[in-house]
Amino acid sequence: MKQILLSVGLLLLTVTIAKAETVFVTLEKDNAIAIVDPIKGKLLKTIKVGQRPRGIMISNDNKHLYIATSDDNTIRIIDSETLKEIGQLPSGDDPETFALSPTGDRLYVSNEDDNLVTVIDIAAKKVIKSIKVGVEPEGIAVSPDNNWVVSASETTNMIHWINTKTLEIVENTLVDPRPRAVHFSADSQQLWVTSEIAGTLTIIDVSTKKIIKNIALKIQGVSRDKILPVGVVIDKLGNYAYVAMGSANRVAVINAKTFEVEKFLLVGQRVWNIAFSPDQKRLYTTNGTSNDISIIDLSSHKVTKSVGVGRYPWGIVSKP
Amino acid sequence: MIILYFWRVMLGITNRELLRFLKQKERFISALVRPLIWLFVFAAGFRATLGLAIIPPYETYILYEVYIAPGLIGMIQLFNGMQSSLSMVYDREMGSMRILMVCPLPRWFLLICKLIAGTAVSILQVYVFLIIAWFYDIQAPEIGYLSIFPALILSGLMLGALGLLMSSLIKQLENFAGVMNFVIFPMFFMSTALYPLWKIKESSLLLYNLAHYNPFSQAVELIRFAWYGQFNQSAFIYTLVAFIIFMSAAIFGYNPSKGMMMKKGR
Repeated sequence: MKQILLSVGLLLLTVTIAKAETVFVTLEKDNAIAIVDPIKGKLLKTIKVGQRPRGIMISNDNKHLYIATSDDNTIRIIDSETLKEIGQLPSGDDPETFALSPTGDRLYVSNEDDNLVTVIDIAAKKVIKSIKVGVEPEGIAVSPDNNWVVSASETTNMIHWINTKTLEIVENTLVDPRPRAVHFSADSQQLWVTSEIAGTLTIIDVSTKKIIKNIALKIQGVSRDKILPVGVVIDKLGNYAYVAMGSANRVAVINAKTFEVEKFLLVGQRVWNIAFSPDQKRLYTTNGTSNDISIIDLSSHKVTKSVGVGRYPWGIVSKP
Repeated sequence: MIILYFWRVMLGITNRELLRFLKQKERFISALVRPLIWLFVFAAGFRATLGLAIIPPYETYILYEVYIAPGLIGMIQLFNGMQSSLSMVYDREMGSMRILMVCPLPRWFLLICKLIAGTAVSILQVYVFLIIAWFYDIQAPEIGYLSIFPALILSGLMLGALGLLMSSLIKQLENFAGVMNFVIFPMFFMSTALYPLWKIKESSLLLYNLAHYNPFSQAVELIRFAWYGQFNQSAFIYTLVAFIIFMSAAIFGYNPSKGMMMKKGR
């Protein structure tokens, strides 16, 4: 009897542990990050981190948060448990978005003002190389097979393909005006690019670097100038892609196999960045001007809750 | 034995109302078409509105049509309440009420039977509406479809009692148009059915107060919260008190020796 009780207790404990999850949100105007319990839908606390925090990523072992504090010209490393700063990385000027290599050893940072991509060795905390790219680089991603880094230049309207071995630009792909965010499919076969001004989503074949599909995002009854797609993510199974639609206040649900837009989900105002929960059962959005995040249940494709976090939520990551 | 009489009368009246409702297909359809036009046409015009601010019981941004759905449920019950009062006036004019009134049971009981019958019909209409709304992607948590039931009973009784009260005051069928203009429209538009209270407050404080103290608003809020599995205590108390007041007044109104019936000479 005792043993049964014990095992039941253990089981319950593992269930609760499995359910615990933490979401970290950078607050651009509050110079802080918000820590949210997404299961309860509650803001737990906010902590100060530095000037104008924007891009945020978490290490593969979920122990370290990397936060680009743009006005401090650095990327801070913060312990995800104690929430104490444990180091800084030389990011170059005004870091905004950056990508972590799948092996977890490098960061690739867009330096918008200097038209550079800075490659950082995390362990050594040193810059390996600064790569000259187009005007105003913004979106950046590393392919899951670790072969490619892509950087999107907002003004040049180009995707630059950088070989991760040589750290040289190998090829460029012209896309629609103001490319903002880039995301690779899990099999590294496709690259999805959002173009903010054009209001389009472009899908590029990685092997040929050619555009295979261009989707014009339109919402009936919402004026064209409000449709400003930014963040894009694709689930691991390659079933669905999700696009944050900026001032249209919606997230587009796109069938990643047929490229059909299936649904638009209403979230907070000026939705910019989106991130999956670790188990990919939920999607989190940062809603810049309504100062909250929205939580989307992906099994039903329904927005379950919006949680106020602080001023100008920008980037978002979660850990189990 | 007496209870059996009461029960038989109650069944008789309820059956008559239900039969009348189901047999009159036009009435059934029109009762549904009214809120559906509001939903599909009126609300669609605001569909693109970029989300309403979060107010309880909602936990996130909602489309306008999600907001007005509980208001339209209230509308179904409001119209149904008025419709049964209309049928009372009609019954009185046609003489079928006399048959009812010779029943050797107290008049208040007959009125309550009439009220329960009307409420049952309105709840039937609401559930059909909820099913259609479900397919239009206006969905609440599953539990809400159970928890809305008691709320519908209370709001249906309250609005039905208001209808009975009206019917005790109206002398002729022709006067019913006045009820539309002076009761249904102001009650519906000066409420939280179509716009949230804070939105009304932005434009006029007087309207805000009128809407806030409008019993129809309270019934709509009771339904709105219940549909999302939540209990709105103040709306519940307000609706309950309004029901008791309307019902007492209606019973008084139908009392041949005291109320309006005497003035009418019936």
